[in-house]
Amino acid sequence: MTAPHSSDKAAIERPLNVIVATDCGSTTTKAILIEKVGTEYRQTYRGEAPTTVEAPFEDVTRGVLNAIAEIEELSGRRILDGDRIITPNQAAQGHPDTGVDIYVSTSSAGGGLQMMVTGVVQNMTGESAQRAALGAGAIVIDVLASNDGRLPYEKIERIRTMRPDMILMSGGTDGGAVTHVVEMAEYIAAAEPRPRFGSTFRLPLVYAGNQDAQPQIKTILGDKTALELADNIRPVLERENLAPARNKIHDLFLEHVMQQAPGYKKLIEMADAPIMPTPAAVGVIMETIAKREGIDLIGVDIGGATTDVFSVFNGIFNRTVSANLGMSYSISNVLAEAGLDNIMRWVPFTIDEQSLRNRIKNKMVRPTTIPQTLDELQIEHAIAREALRLALIHHKSLATGLKGVQQERTISDVFEQRTSGKTLIDLLKLDLIVGSGGILSHAPRRIQSLLMMVDAYEPLGVTTLSVDSIFMMPHLGVLSTVNEQAATDVFVRDCMVYLGTCIAPIGQGKDGERCADYDLAFPDGRIEKGTLAFGDLKLFALTREQQATVTMQPAKQVNLGNGPGQSFTTTVRGGVVGLMLDGRGRPLQLPSDQAARVAALRRWYQAVGLYPTANSEL
Amino acid sequence: MAHSYTPGLTVTERTTVRRKRILPLPGTVLVKVGEAIHADTTVARAELPGKVVPLNLANQLGIAPDEINDYLVKKEKESVQKDEVLAENKPFISWFKTEIRSPVGGTVESISTITGQVLLREPPRVLELRGYIDGTIAEVHPEQGVTVETTCSLVQGIFGIGGETDGELVVGVTAPDQPLLPERLIPSMKGKIVIGGSFLPAAAMTRAKEIGVIGLVVGGIHDKDLRALLGYDLGVAITGTEQVGFTLILTEGFGTIPMAPKTFALLSAHAGQKASISGATQIRAGVIRPEIIIPQTSPSSGARVSLVEREGIQLGDPVRIIRDPLFGKIGAVSGLPSELRMIPTESEVRVLEVRFPDGTSTVVPRANIEVIEGA
Repeated sequence: MTAPHSSDKAAIERPLNVIVATDCGSTTTKAILIEKVGTEYRQTYRGEAPTTVEAPFEDVTRGVLNAIAEIEELSGRRILDGDRIITPNQAAQGHPDTGVDIYVSTSSAGGGLQMMVTGVVQNMTGESAQRAALGAGAIVIDVLASNDGRLPYEKIERIRTMRPDMILMSGGTDGGAVTHVVEMAEYIAAAEPRPRFGSTFRLPLVYAGNQDAQPQIKTILGDKTALELADNIRPVLERENLAPARNKIHDLFLEHVMQQAPGYKKLIEMADAPIMPTPAAVGVIMETIAKREGIDLIGVDIGGATTDVFSVFNGIFNRTVSANLGMSYSISNVLAEAGLDNIMRWVPFTIDEQSLRNRIKNKMVRPTTIPQTLDELQIEHAIAREALRLALIHHKSLATGLKGVQQERTISDVFEQRTSGKTLIDLLKLDLIVGSGGILSHAPRRIQSLLMMVDAYEPLGVTTLSVDSIFMMPHLGVLSTVNEQAATDVFVRDCMVYLGTCIAPIGQGKDGERCADYDLAFPDGRIEKGTLAFGDLKLFALTREQQATVTMQPAKQVNLGNGPGQSFTTTVRGGVVGLMLDGRGRPLQLPSDQAARVAALRRWYQAVGLYPTANSEL
Repeated sequence: MAHSYTPGLTVTERTTVRRKRILPLPGTVLVKVGEAIHADTTVARAELPGKVVPLNLANQLGIAPDEINDYLVKKEKESVQKDEVLAENKPFISWFKTEIRSPVGGTVESISTITGQVLLREPPRVLELRGYIDGTIAEVHPEQGVTVETTCSLVQGIFGIGGETDGELVVGVTAPDQPLLPERLIPSMKGKIVIGGSFLPAAAMTRAKEIGVIGLVVGGIHDKDLRALLGYDLGVAITGTEQVGFTLILTEGFGTIPMAPKTFALLSAHAGQKASISGATQIRAGVIRPEIIIPQTSPSSGARVSLVEREGIQLGDPVRIIRDPLFGKIGAVSGLPSELRMIPTESEVRVLEVRFPDGTSTVVPRANIEVIEGA
């Protein structure tokens, strides 16, 4: 868990019966009210308001007050006294509906924490530094390394023009050569980097490289930056030590960066616990789920500006923040990166390119709008699939084993081609996908969230899917740092909605060809037997509380985890959507002909009742 | 609902604006509080550090890094001319002498005996910060810049490209729903800011560049034309540094959308007057919207008009619908139901009722309207 480090807030001693938490996103500020009902905590009301970093209210706390005011309206509880949050709860004074005991918040409204990282060897210390920064919830805007192919003056120019919020320097193993890391420090010093916010304060810089170079680094950068020293993130080649650097990043973020963004100083004063960057808070939740259940998972938080992906495989936690892959401010960048054809392949109707481009740009410039018509919703869902897909590709490339490490090989490995630095993401081993963020949490039908994630991630074999009910994982992440029980109670009771299980055989075949025979034994004694053909999508009702036994006999080229053509039996739980058999093949291939593709989409969408018109038009 | 807030764009005949003019790094402020300035007055100046050119002398001389001081002709902080000898060895036979000459003019920034590297810095570049608007200096931020204040007419756009500029306003169309076609752009518009109507086609952008129009303010453009103009697909709305020949401001959005009548009337009323415009847009922290500022020169312009903080959306407020299917339509708020309503997507959202000038009305999600602010 990545708890915030520096805190000048006094520990909260009083009982916490009423809690208000906010997440200041790039587009909207979300507030939730949590109340102790009997012996357990429940999330009771929520409010939402546009994030106010825009003139004339260039002050993030205005959005916070607006969102809390909405809770006041809905709950009848008086929380605000002007611009002040009333704490503690006034029940003891005879006013049970006045005040809260604690206010906590997360934030990504300042455009997140934008960092530049440096290493010596790009795919070794450079990547370790990148993982450390990403793990702290940062957006990495560039990775500089001695061997990155750029000429020295190009590196210097890059540092000068990027204007990061912070720099993380790594490089060298302890006791190794100091030359390259000192050289990089000289480039940084020469560039005289300026921070994004505030023209007078010094740029925070964390040095977490070869410890032997610390004296030289102090000499070169001590006067030019707000230098902090941390333990080496790669003390020896075979081991990463990311926590100390991450903690320093957290501290500097709170002390320097946040205070420069509009209104954060006030927000920090208002909150009773340190403000956490949103990705860090969601990461806390994802790690907790994986640890508690003992499973491998992928989590995603698709926001307005970024898409954050989290994974835990074999107990190893990774987080990536894909800057500029989001559903509002950066929606146009999803179009630019994915390409129009990739977005259009998910849209079950035809639309001219010009109209679609204009619509996407209009969402970019007015990011707080919501789809009003069904076709607009379907276009946003198509874009979300691509944002999710691209962010996972990014995550896979960084969630890897350590590169450059010599691997022990036995005689049995002689014929196996294996390289170091292989991605840790194994979709066949994946147990659970957790979705969060507006487009997933607020999809009008839960099946829409499930199918968006299935289409984007193409899970293999048996995978459970869940979604954050109303988008409150960031709130619970920060709450868990002050009250574990409240966070856990709300998470279990109100936050995590199990959508169901997807069973996706691996293999491809012609539409209508046999993919697998299935035999589903439901707890009420009902048996469903049939053939899943390629191109089929079948949905069966099965709740989270129920368990069904699934037996499948795949076609000879099809694999369900036991090998091609091998029979497969497992027990699965359902969810609010149920059990989905996905016979569309893996990798998923959509027809290239437009008419055929639209027909296929309509057939799939109708099979699972994806949209309101699914039973009529589609 | 004391704090209720709906994003809006300001279109107002008379207001007081303050614009902070801050250098990217500490420098010298050249004006005093109370001083009257013009848009092109230099208010502050800074020296941008010159480019750094690294030279690995140890490698070039074939020596150990800690020996380079013995070979250097120039010392740290000393100035050096281009092609001047920086370092040399002293062989017994002068034929084998190696001289390392400076590839640039500037100063020796640093010498490293660890890396064997010498960093040369080119001379600084002087950066002059202009006032941007005609007005008076309201505040001086020592070493950083100033705040300029002016009483003006103000129009905020939704999106723009290109930097700050100033010039005379001319109107290129006769109605807000007319497109600004190429033939409307005539040579006398050179150096001026042209107000269009509903749409700016690609051919008109080309024509504007040929003529030398410095600014274009229109209702909408097609995204594909923007892509062609920029040469790339704009992914994130952070703009202001583009150099396409003119500054472009959209008042409504992408597509063919008539300019709001209020905006068109205001801009038309000031035809012939000088305006300062900026296309800079940033739809993230510290949001920046493009703007047209028309300083008022009438005798009463000295009186300060303060911006009234709006207390949430109210009945009668002029609004623009900012999402399909009625994108760009303008009307007034005629109902504010408090209960959630289900819309065709099946989402349950807060809505409001908008009445259009023709007497018809519609119900739209509150998130999908924008208040046209300004009295």
